[in-house]
Amino acid sequence: MKIKATLLDQIRKHGEATYPEECCGLLLGKSGPDGNRVLALYPVENRHAEQRERRYTIAPSDYLAAERAARRQGLDVVGFYHSHPDHPARPSATDLAEATFPGYTYVIVAVHQGRAGELTAWHLSPDRTRFEPETIEIEPESASVDQT
Amino acid sequence: MRTTTATVTIRIPTPLRGFTNNQETVEVSGATVGEALQQLVEQFPRLKPHLFNDEGRLRSFVNIYVGDEDIRYLQREATPLKPGAELSIVPSVAGGGL
Ligand SMILES: [Zn+2]
Repeated sequence: MKIKATLLDQIRKHGEATYPEECCGLLLGKSGPDGNRVLALYPVENRHAEQRERRYTIAPSDYLAAERAARRQGLDVVGFYHSHPDHPARPSATDLAEATFPGYTYVIVAVHQGRAGELTAWHLSPDRTRFEPETIEIEPESASVDQT
Repeated sequence: MRTTTATVTIRIPTPLRGFTNNQETVEVSGATVGEALQQLVEQFPRLKPHLFNDEGRLRSFVNIYVGDEDIRYLQREATPLKPGAELSIVPSVAGGGL
């Protein structure tokens, strides 16, 4: 995926703000043949009913609202992000069990003792058996929406 | 002209548009949500394994909305459709650190 550093910082800050609970949100941008380009974030509340220290849920109604917000900006929902409080930034067994469609980018940020650390990106393999790592390409802050 | 079933629009989530010739929306006709989805996967067979499991049921993370309403709180796949209805395919996104 391609993303600006300021957006990565916003994901880290969100993870620090909700610590010790997990944060979550949607990645808005453009999907192309060479991957997803993230141009905006849509932070949402972690709607998991309990154990939010190690679980997150994005409510379908929040997804729908994010999709509509994206469309108004000429963007699409291209993925999701969440934090792993005091756990490494790699997909857990739960992440795999709950995975949705291959093609979305899943960003994970580790938050150790309240401080954001490693940040990684993944997508589900086409046969749904595992998450594959995605490279994170930092875009200049001046990059505009229409120069895809 | 056939007027027995409603023509409705189905919004396709970004990662599935590769299976619909990059169409963001697909028009199908169907009197119910189930019929509309059936038409969708007949028109684009490669979509089917992403939406349905091996038993032919909608995958557990796949939610179908008619306008702002989750069909789980209507009549599920038997939910009747009016002409011009807009269906959305909405994933339940979840996971965690452990
Ligand atoms: Zn996770």
